[in-house]
Amino acid sequence: MNKSPDSLKKEFEAIVGKDNVMTAEADLHSYSYDAAVLPSQAPAVAVRPETSEAMGKVVKFCNDNGMPLTVRGAGSNLSGGTIPEKGGVVVVTGALNKILEINAEDMYAVVQPGVVTAKFAAEVAAKGLFYPPDPGSQTVSTLGGNVAENAGGLRGLKYGVTKDYVMGVDFFDVNGELIKTGSKTVKCVTGYNLAGLMVASEGTLGVFEKIILKLVPPPQAAKAMMAVFDDMIAASRAVAAIIANKIVPATLEIMDNFTIRTVENFRKAGLPVDAQALLLIEVDGHPAMVEEDAQKVEKICKEQGATSVKVAKDAAERANVWQARRDALPALARVSPTTVLEDATVPRSKIPAMMQALNEIAKEYKLQIGTFGHAGDGNLHPTILTDKRNHEEWHRVEKAIDAIFDRALALGGTLSGEHGIGLAKSKYMKLECGLGALDYSRRMKSVLDPKGILNPGKIIGF
Amino acid sequence: MADIHELAGLLKELDDQLVGCMRCGMCQAVCPLFAQTGREADVARGKISLLDGLANELIRNPVGVKERLDRCLLCGTCEANCPSGVKVLDIFFKARAILTGYLGLSPAKKAIFRGLLANPRLFNQLLSFGAKFQKLFTKEVNDLLGSSCARFQAPIVGDRHFKGLAEKPFHKLVPSLDTPAGKSGLRVAFFPGCVMDKIFPNVAQSVLKVMEHHGVGVYMPPNQACCGIPALSSGDTDTFQKLVALNLDVFSKGDFDYFVTACATCTATIRKLWPRMADRFNSRGQLREISDKTMDVNQFLVDVLGIKPEKQTGGGKVVTYHDPCHLKNSFGITSQPRAILTGLPGYAFKEMTDAGTCCGCGGSFNLQHYDVSARIGGNKADNIIASGAETVATGCPACMLQITDMLSQKGARCRVRHVMELYAESLG
Repeated sequence: MNKSPDSLKKEFEAIVGKDNVMTAEADLHSYSYDAAVLPSQAPAVAVRPETSEAMGKVVKFCNDNGMPLTVRGAGSNLSGGTIPEKGGVVVVTGALNKILEINAEDMYAVVQPGVVTAKFAAEVAAKGLFYPPDPGSQTVSTLGGNVAENAGGLRGLKYGVTKDYVMGVDFFDVNGELIKTGSKTVKCVTGYNLAGLMVASEGTLGVFEKIILKLVPPPQAAKAMMAVFDDMIAASRAVAAIIANKIVPATLEIMDNFTIRTVENFRKAGLPVDAQALLLIEVDGHPAMVEEDAQKVEKICKEQGATSVKVAKDAAERANVWQARRDALPALARVSPTTVLEDATVPRSKIPAMMQALNEIAKEYKLQIGTFGHAGDGNLHPTILTDKRNHEEWHRVEKAIDAIFDRALALGGTLSGEHGIGLAKSKYMKLECGLGALDYSRRMKSVLDPKGILNPGKIIGF
Repeated sequence: MADIHELAGLLKELDDQLVGCMRCGMCQAVCPLFAQTGREADVARGKISLLDGLANELIRNPVGVKERLDRCLLCGTCEANCPSGVKVLDIFFKARAILTGYLGLSPAKKAIFRGLLANPRLFNQLLSFGAKFQKLFTKEVNDLLGSSCARFQAPIVGDRHFKGLAEKPFHKLVPSLDTPAGKSGLRVAFFPGCVMDKIFPNVAQSVLKVMEHHGVGVYMPPNQACCGIPALSSGDTDTFQKLVALNLDVFSKGDFDYFVTACATCTATIRKLWPRMADRFNSRGQLREISDKTMDVNQFLVDVLGIKPEKQTGGGKVVTYHDPCHLKNSFGITSQPRAILTGLPGYAFKEMTDAGTCCGCGGSFNLQHYDVSARIGGNKADNIIASGAETVATGCPACMLQITDMLSQKGARCRVRHVMELYAESLG
């Protein structure tokens, strides 16, 4: 890059308009971080295109000038995927927030990348349809970010995650050419599955222009319940038994004793503070099936040693069950200044072993770890409560995180269930994927993005 | 100007509060300003990060940070919804004080706060003078709303449709009061506040009528001063503390059970900000005593007096309600005013869409950022109009001003009233 800051600013202004180019120190600093506990890095410029066309031109301009480019939606991701590169450009998608089409007849929607997830889900629901992926940050997260990170959520067990709803992605390559992939049809085997390649690519392979998403009919009925266990292993066995009995709940969540106590301390909602584990379960579907499944789940939990199972009788009780789960992160977050939310994921059958491992890690590194998460799909959220300013403790936290991934991988698990790799976990990639896959990915990236401008440093390193 | 290390040192005192932000970004979902601009520096997370950057000397430009910090309605919605429980308002008020202390107060603000606000008698005289001559400079635009606009180009007024100063301010109509407790057995101190005193004396008179009706004694000393929020939100803690001291002097002579206001902003300032920010007087028991007794009038009527207006049937004129941020976010007061409105004879209460979102006024925010303030307020006006209400009621005179402007701009035929005005009328 050999242009002066002034001339760069003018050229960006010509593309996106004067109001949409930010170069003041304070503005740049506010695009230097995301929700990950990682050092911030301010870009050289932040731009906010208002049209797809301007977005494409920005990409081309960055490539022509060899400027690193990081696309940012709400900046809510937890792996540093939206922390920019030094001297780079942050492209904010907030102004590209139109829902272009919701097609009830063919059950798909076309959206711009900056559409907020919860807003989209609400619009879809208003048309009598259902978009199931519900990441914890859905009230602010954008669909572009969800696709780029392959976001999950509470409904992953039965309904899958974002990738199961992506039918197509139109994206700009580094030259600003619009690449159209996928289709509005249920079946499509035309060419390479480039849309699939874009999912979880974390902005390293292209810049999304629009996304085609699958919609499904909403369940007619739902029933929620809370099962109390005085033994974590018994609770984990119940999870496995429910699945083994061919029941797939919409949601099957677990909370450990530390989390239960913290939530109770926070909300005083009458949670059993002596319980070693809670399972929060929701079954949904046809009313008759829901009734039958709920009874079976209750029976299985009791057989596996639940000391009580409370089935929500009405909408208010159902809301209470889920409030307890929603409170988990806020309650834990208030305990200490720094909250490190991990998402190590293991095969469901290994949950007891992983829970045991987390207990051992907490003891070994003398840390407070509250664990809750999506037991049904093996995606746990060990949450380390610490104070980053305490260097000695922070060092132990880093060691503990290494240990968590070691154990998850040893159990046949994965580094990330739903938060992505970003900067935070790129150093562990070879442990899970092996050098072959990493090298293959790097070669692919080097051809598609020869100057390495697309979100450098994420997933595969450099 | 002192050096940047000194500023960083001062901001470091906020460090414990700043680190509580886990940067989840959930504040984006509820911030009325972010909804309009989509800019990270406009939302709480961005501002906290800027302060953190300044404290850690990652940022060298305090003026740039201050400009962005000032772009905030101080509505407190982010704090009320923060998963980590970050005390956002605490941080912002303290940071504004630190930055203003460091960079200095603008000459205009210095003149207004230190010259006028801190001298209540002069302030009152000047505004009485203004009330007499304002008609020369303004013309009426909406008789129902009682709004006016500038006849000539006037930089501060701009395109606003504003409520003029009352011909006689409340303190001229009722200079002071000291009545004994009646059938309720209670006595309250009544603090009308500046906007009510000078622009909405009818609201204050309505409060007195309501108190009399319920047999509540009223203590209202003369020479009350502003609650201090305009000075505090501009970081002028000296003036703020002076105003608190003036009020303590005039009220400490009285004997009362509750300290009541009908201004949501005054209530929040006295109840929450006096004890936190007027540290110079923290040793004075009076401050804590008054602050602890402070209560919004709606809450006083419903929670203390236990009034249970009978639910009216058979409809009537449609009335809707706007939640002032300083009642909803600061105290969770939402049901009490609705209980009063639901019981009004001749009215049918109808909820509007997004009754709990900010009207966009934000005190001096409206003066400094009228454009975006009007965009936020425009949405509010649209929701009021869409509810089909003939009257919109609220509990904060600042909201009343903003909503009047916004409805007037749209030529709406909808009155803006304080809940107490409607309730007082119902008492016959």
